[in-house]
Amino acid sequence: MSFMPVILWTDRLIFALLAGVLVLVWFIRRHEHLRAPWRLVAQRPMAMGAALVLGVFVAIGLLDSLHYRERLADSRADAPQYSVEVLSVFDALVNGLRTRQEKTYSAPLAMQLYAKEFVERDGATVRDYPRLHYGGAHLTHADAHGPDIARRALVGLAQGLAVGLLLFGLLAAWQARRTQTHMGAWLEAWATGRLGWPARTVVLVLALMLLLGGALIQLASGYHVFGTDKVGQDVLYISLKSIRTGLVIGTLTTLVTLPLAIGFGIAAGYFRGWVDDVIQYIYTVLNSIPGVLLIAAAVLIVQVAIESNPELFDTAAARADIRLLALCLILGVTSWTGLARLLRGESLKLRTLDYVEAARAFGVSHARIISRHIFPNVFHLVLIAIVLDFSGLVLAEAVLSYVGVGVDPTMYSWGNMINGARLELAREPTVWWQLGAAFVFMFTLVLAANLFADGVRDAFDPRMGTRR
Amino acid sequence: MNPLLEVRDLVTGFGSMRVVDGVSFRVAAGETYALLGESGCGKSMTALSLMRLLPDGGRIVSGSVRLAETDVLALPERDMRRVRGGRMAMIFQEPMLALNPVVKVGAQIGEALALHRKLGGQAARDTARGLLDSVGVPDATRRLDSYPFELSGGLRQRVMIAMALAGEPQLLIADEPTTALDVTIQAQVLDVLRRLKAERQMGMLLITHDLGVVAENADRVGVMYAGELVEESARDAFFAGPQHPYSRMLFEALPRPGDGGRLTTIPGQVPPLDGSLVGCRFAPRCPHAFVRCREESPGWQAINGQRVRCHLAGQLPAQDMRDRVAHAASAHPPQPLLQVEGLKVHFPIRRGFIQRTVGHVRAVDDVAMSIQAGRTLALVGESGCGKTTVGKALLRLIEPTAGRIALGGEVITANNAATLRRQAQMVFQDPYSSLNPRMRVADILLEGMDALGVGAAGQRRDAVSQLLRQVGLPDDAGGRYPHAFSGGQRQRIAIARALAVSPRLVICDEPTSALDVSVQAQILNLLKDLQNDLGLAYLFITHNLAVVEYLAHEVAVMYLGRIVEQGAAADVLRAPRHPYTQALMSAVPRIEPHAGEGIIRLTGDQPSPLNPPAGCHFHPRCPHAQAVCRQIYPDRTGLGGGHWVRCHWVAGRHPDFSKEH
Repeated sequence: MSFMPVILWTDRLIFALLAGVLVLVWFIRRHEHLRAPWRLVAQRPMAMGAALVLGVFVAIGLLDSLHYRERLADSRADAPQYSVEVLSVFDALVNGLRTRQEKTYSAPLAMQLYAKEFVERDGATVRDYPRLHYGGAHLTHADAHGPDIARRALVGLAQGLAVGLLLFGLLAAWQARRTQTHMGAWLEAWATGRLGWPARTVVLVLALMLLLGGALIQLASGYHVFGTDKVGQDVLYISLKSIRTGLVIGTLTTLVTLPLAIGFGIAAGYFRGWVDDVIQYIYTVLNSIPGVLLIAAAVLIVQVAIESNPELFDTAAARADIRLLALCLILGVTSWTGLARLLRGESLKLRTLDYVEAARAFGVSHARIISRHIFPNVFHLVLIAIVLDFSGLVLAEAVLSYVGVGVDPTMYSWGNMINGARLELAREPTVWWQLGAAFVFMFTLVLAANLFADGVRDAFDPRMGTRR
Repeated sequence: MNPLLEVRDLVTGFGSMRVVDGVSFRVAAGETYALLGESGCGKSMTALSLMRLLPDGGRIVSGSVRLAETDVLALPERDMRRVRGGRMAMIFQEPMLALNPVVKVGAQIGEALALHRKLGGQAARDTARGLLDSVGVPDATRRLDSYPFELSGGLRQRVMIAMALAGEPQLLIADEPTTALDVTIQAQVLDVLRRLKAERQMGMLLITHDLGVVAENADRVGVMYAGELVEESARDAFFAGPQHPYSRMLFEALPRPGDGGRLTTIPGQVPPLDGSLVGCRFAPRCPHAFVRCREESPGWQAINGQRVRCHLAGQLPAQDMRDRVAHAASAHPPQPLLQVEGLKVHFPIRRGFIQRTVGHVRAVDDVAMSIQAGRTLALVGESGCGKTTVGKALLRLIEPTAGRIALGGEVITANNAATLRRQAQMVFQDPYSSLNPRMRVADILLEGMDALGVGAAGQRRDAVSQLLRQVGLPDDAGGRYPHAFSGGQRQRIAIARALAVSPRLVICDEPTSALDVSVQAQILNLLKDLQNDLGLAYLFITHNLAVVEYLAHEVAVMYLGRIVEQGAAADVLRAPRHPYTQALMSAVPRIEPHAGEGIIRLTGDQPSPLNPPAGCHFHPRCPHAQAVCRQIYPDRTGLGGGHWVRCHWVAGRHPDFSKEH
């Protein structure tokens, strides 16, 4: 075999989570009352557009979670040796981005470095901006720079448009066949928005993403679209790799939060009395310690533990991964209080409802009342909390990494990108593209997550009930 | 005379639904026009259309509304604001929700005064006080500085009325103004409304589902069904002979005193108003319907002053009076099933840092009762008197503080609660909150059987379909979720759930108070049939005395945690002895004119059980209170035949009756 699969801890949890989500989807599809609100979500144009964007991010994150180590070219077949570098399927797909490394900073789409160096030109040594190794290397003359970018962008857009039209045609044909209508009729229904689902928005968002993607691919093959960083790495590549980190923080943390929040919240609300008192004291105390302080202390402890046990980790990636997981744990342990409080209040209300009283009149056990009567009726709150918390956690990672207590400094993350850009912002002329790229990616992800969360909340919140 | 309000062909739509469909009526100054109908018939939507306060998505499609000389629907929104509150005002059902909880009463009335009469400062305060006086709020000066939460439900509703009157409106729209109130308070509020209408020569549009309220307050009556007005006439003519089959069935569905037979029910439910209606809308539920009814919507026809929309107007058979049978003697030999002695439920009040107990709310204080197998004991009282607490304490849903409960001869303790739960079950008031919306009906019914291990596991599924049939639900109901059912059907499911463990006693906590009259009749019939078939005993907790008269064998009247009068239903309801029972009976709005006895109106509200008055709890409201009433709680005075009261006044008038203990 020319590679050895590597399964990091976070990979395991991500795929466990994915399996969990798929089981949940299957379960929801079989229960009409669970399906109904999701249908509402699917009818909201904003939510569906956001879901598509999220889908692209998740796909990149998942591809980036399939890790492997390549076999070294000179190792013997019977005793294979593998590279210490852990790569992912995503790395393989965008191999060019990863390997085309420059010397140091270069601006987006530039063909020269951002710093002057001594270069040999016509036999004399002059101090000038040297040409990049990869960015714009195919150009012989600087005059061709602008037209070449424009040409590549246009070709990319055209390719994106072509793919988009093709997909749209296929969709129209399939839908027309499925509903047994003429394709023209379907197109007319589509254009006037008379289909049962927000087809216009979905098609437009998809087309927009294809156009952008086409242009990016065309440009990235010849340039560094977002420039390069201090050590000459492509900023677009770093930003794309950071997606996985953001998603891991946003999702795995909730895995830690949920059992704590659901268990403590429902127990406090349902049992009341001393159970309630104890749980309330716990989360009041937890809430009164500044969160960043607690996280910083915990992260430092983990860091010391990792450094004193280097033999546990065979690669640097495994070390960074454990630190990421530890961060998720710590964030989870400190952020369950809000949801727990919400669930406590709701359980307090539910326990007095007549159907719970009726169950008690039958002598149904507490565990059964909680699992059959309380939990299914607070589940919508849990769901709303998950999607709302996601964006907050992505942002929290950025802030913590900026402060220096976040993920491992060697890990690709938006927080580390911002941290790295911090000093360079002060220099003249400014290196703005690292910060800019991190901002664009984070903004897109968080905005999409928030728009989707809005749709979910509107569909699940009973108070929004009759209004659409 | 020109009418004050004239509504013509009003159509209000929500999307494709026409919730109000071609309604026309007139209200003259000084007249009360009652809109009568079941829930979902478009009564409230009519009122909101008049005020142009429709909820999102609703709009007035066509028609005209004229208030005196003004075309209300043509006014721009700016002028409409002056009409609302200034020329027509509205009182809502729920006084809790209609008042702002963080603004003092005086300020809320002052707001309306400033807006419509440009009054401010001392002038506004004086006017507000005058308004509170006129709606009968005692101690009006002090109440101006109260917050709404400091007032009882009845006082809040009066404050609402005072606010509505602040703009001196010509037309008052009262949307179920007393539905949320107790009977004695309802009587007070309706008195206030009647007096104000007469004093100020206001027109009043009274929206209600209660025939009794209509009988006592309205001058003219309009019956609404499925968005249409189906009958309109003067009150006396209407009550003497309703012409539309729907109106007739509403009357027949009403339980009336001494009526032992079955109630007439209206099968089916109000059809969805989605524009696909052809013919008479009542035809699917009408016993007299014939081919024409299903094809052609009937027009208005006049029969000596009464107007009705029915193809058979005037041709319907004369109203058949129901047979008035006395209660059939129960076939089951009387043997006490449930015996309760000295039941007390006290809730501790905890204050301060270490949660010290500083007092007790005596929700139930020394209640004794016994129910015989196959009989019904009705526990009657106003809200807050502790009757629901009694029911829950019997099932140990609330742990009683003291008392002995024996079921079928066996004393119930915390240890043998399972025995209790096999034998006694509960049906709750609100069918919307008593069924878990996330469980299938079959699972709901199975829950009790599973928990108590009733029957073999394999046979439980069969038992479910048997139960569904027993309560009159289709067989496929088991696979559906509660939201697929109407209120009445849900209550049937709740009854089936209680019956699942074959109990001998069912505690019914106001099982019909959330339901419409026609559905209430169905549920009452069902309860009665089940009692006859299965020999069930009921503890029927209710505030609705008409239901008590229909169903109960014995009645216990509760006031502030204690039973003040108890006896056979016929004795207590026909000849109530306790002044409270007498007031309760006379406060119930009746369709029939009151028999000669004077109407007793109670003043004030029920005191808080936290701090009950010394002596007889009822003395602050009692017209016969004497010195002794303020000091000593009265003992039982037996009146023969198991009928007893706790009252010094009765004891004094009947010295020949021996005192029991």
